[in-house]
Formats: sequence, C-alpha cells, structure tokens
Amino acid sequence: MITVFGKPLRGPSPLTRLVLLGLLSAALMMFDHRGQELDRIRAGLMVILYPVQVVAGVPVALYHGLIDLFTTDKDLKEQNERLEAERTQLLVQLQQLDALEAENTRLRAMLGAASRVADRALAAELVEVSTEPFSRRILVRRGAQDKVYIGQPVIDAHGIVGQVTQVASHLSTVTLITDPSHAIPVLDNRSGLRAVVFGSGDQDNLNIPYLSAVADIKEGDLLVSSGMGGVFPAGYPVAVVTKIENDPSESFLQVRARPAAQLNHGKQVLLIWPGQAATTAKGKAP
Amino acid sequence: MSPQARGRLILLASFAIAIVMNILPGPAWAEPFVPDWVALTLIYWCMAVPHRVSVGTGWTLGIILDVLYGSLLGQHALAKSVIAFITVRLHPQLRMFPRWQQAVSVLVLLAINQLLVVWIRGAIGHAPGTIAYWTPSIVGMVVWPWIFVVLRDVRRRWQVS
Repeated sequence: MITVFGKPLRGPSPLTRLVLLGLLSAALMMFDHRGQELDRIRAGLMVILYPVQVVAGVPVALYHGLIDLFTTDKDLKEQNERLEAERTQLLVQLQQLDALEAENTRLRAMLGAASRVADRALAAELVEVSTEPFSRRILVRRGAQDKVYIGQPVIDAHGIVGQVTQVASHLSTVTLITDPSHAIPVLDNRSGLRAVVFGSGDQDNLNIPYLSAVADIKEGDLLVSSGMGGVFPAGYPVAVVTKIENDPSESFLQVRARPAAQLNHGKQVLLIWPGQAATTAKGKAP
Repeated sequence: MSPQARGRLILLASFAIAIVMNILPGPAWAEPFVPDWVALTLIYWCMAVPHRVSVGTGWTLGIILDVLYGSLLGQHALAKSVIAFITVRLHPQLRMFPRWQQAVSVLVLLAINQLLVVWIRGAIGHAPGTIAYWTPSIVGMVVWPWIFVVLRDVRRRWQVS
C-alpha cells in the first residue's frame, strides 16, 4: 500500500463522501421537486433499469402462465357466455347513448356552449412490479413514443385511476388517486356539491376533508370528476362515499370514500387524451 | 479470475438480487411485511468489507431504487448513504456484537433509513400516516440473523474480502 507521511493513501474519508453525496442528493431532490431538468436523466435511467423490472415480473408471469395452463374448456365457455351477455347489455345502453349525444350536441349548440369533443383513449399494459412502499404508483408499458405526457389522466373500465407523473421512452409511472400526495376535484353526482378527494395511502380508502357539517353529502353518493383542475376531464366516476362521521369537536366532516376504479385488479388501464373542452380549460395542449 | 474481480462480481450479484426482491410484485396486504432487502444487504457488506462497500455504494443503490420506485430522485440515495456511513463507522463494534444485539442495531439502522425517507416525503407532500409504515424495519430485524448467515457463507465460499 502506498503511504503518505505514514498514512495509507486512500480516497476521501467516509465522512467527506457522506457530506458530498448528501449535498448532491439534496440538490437532486430540489431540482427534481421544483423543475423538469432531471426528467431526461430519470427517463434514461428508467430505460437502463427496465431489465431489472422485467426480471422482477417473471414470478408473476409464471404464475399467470400456470393459471392459464389449468383453465378448462368449461371455464372458457362460461366466461364467453358471461362476456356475450355483458356485451349485449352494453350495446343496448350504447343505442340510447347515441341518441342522447346527438340531443346534447343540439342543446349545446342552442345554448352557444362549446361542444364536448370525445376523449381519445389508448390501452396500456401494467408492468407487474411494486413501487415505493406505502406510496401508490403503477408502471405502464406506454411512454413518450406513444405521446404520453406528464399529467395525463388514466382510467379503467370503472373510473379514474390516476395521472401520469413520469414518462420514459416506452414506460411511464402513474400516481394513483389513492397515493397520499394525490388530490382530485370532484362533484357529488346527486347534489352537485364540489369537493376535493385526497388519497390516503390505503388502497381502498380516500379522504374528503374540508366539508362543513351542513354539506349535502350522503353515504353511497357517487363522486365524479368535475374537470376543475384542468387535468382530469369532467364526468368520470372517481369514488363512492362509504362513511361520514360528524364529530362535533371537529370543524369539518370526516368523509371517507372507496375508489370507483378497480385499482388493484386489472392488468390494463386506459390513457386518455381529453377532448377540447378540458384542454382549453387547462390552456395547454397535450 | 482475480480474487478482486470475483469479489466485485459477488457484490454486484448480491445487490442485484436484493434490488429485484425489493420490487417483487405482491398483494397490497403483504406490503408492511416486506423488509428492505437492499438496506439489509448494504448493512451486511458495509460491516464485513467496509473498505469496498461504503457510502458511495449506498448512494448508487439509493439512486437505483429512486428510479425504480418512481420516488423523488435522491430521497433513498440520501437515506442509504447515511446508514452506510453509520455502519462503516461502527463496523468493529457491530462485528463483535452477539447476534441478537446486532439485530437490534440493524433495527435502529433500518429505522433511521425509513425516518429519513418519511421526513423527505413529509417535506414535499403527504407522508404515509399509518403505524404499519414502520413494520418493514421490525421484519428486517427478525430476518437479519438469516441474512447474516447466508451472506457470511457467500463471503466465505467465494472469499470476498
């Protein structure tokens, strides 16, 4: 070993390294939190580390393969019949929808209001990995090459799932509405009451704070997106109110709700590009 | 293969396995019972070979986790470099401790790791408020003796030093 003045020559001491790397971490966090400068670097790292995620997904893929292997003809036939029935029902509803939509357009034209353009949707497959413990995020196999953008709304067959928060070339991270950092403006479908739904970190619980004791809200009410924030298009189901507690010592009601979307079941979600009405409100094209 | 290169390969392999185990998908109810394998592996190697695995390794692992987790870049990097530093500083004592006492020290280290993460998450938004947030550290303490034995055998088998 090379020695200098009797001391072995090494790199900087652990303390020096800790201080330097600590400062670097702090700088990274600040830039990552405040701006978009680091998005490129993060996107690059996400692509580099994608193989790790593929490897982590192997056990689940094997499990699904095994399940498929043991699916019998009878199961498939049953499933087919069920889907057929469901399809007929949906087609019937769709017939009415066409007429309603035409009527709605006519009425809007009479009022002189901007007509709502239909939202465009793209299916995205989930990458089966877990993300940060006690946060609610998912990873989907769609990215910048599919024109996915940060803040893009994500839905499933039952309601709003969340919004895109990070985008790489063929991967993106979606923050779910149940994440503790997520909030979404809603409308009570029955009373028209406006509120904001916050994630709790718990997979089937949402909080609706800041509602006074006289607010017109009941258990079982459907909350739909109001489109107020400009991120989510209006009218998609968000949650169903499950519990209302009125503690006289608190100034607000304690309202809990259950997400309408099936956040931990499906293998697919839909990325949507909101129609005209929502994008003009945001003042920014996707 | 030189012993140096072989050692590096073993270290890389053990960290890669730990990272994959950290992001292994599972049902939501199991979340509180999954320990931070990367932190445990990092603590072991910082204790066993502090001249090779130290603050820099911890930081790199943290950045990798931040990218995979989708969390704020630097959040886990800071937490992991702090626990690497403490472990390297205390490695002579930690090596001498009886196994249970070592496990308790690991609990403290894992808790510091989680505490830093929850502070940062609290500073930028809403931190998880449940008590279940802390269970991974306790599970980590419980599995530590096994991690220790497995990694020690790996170290002896391939003579990582």
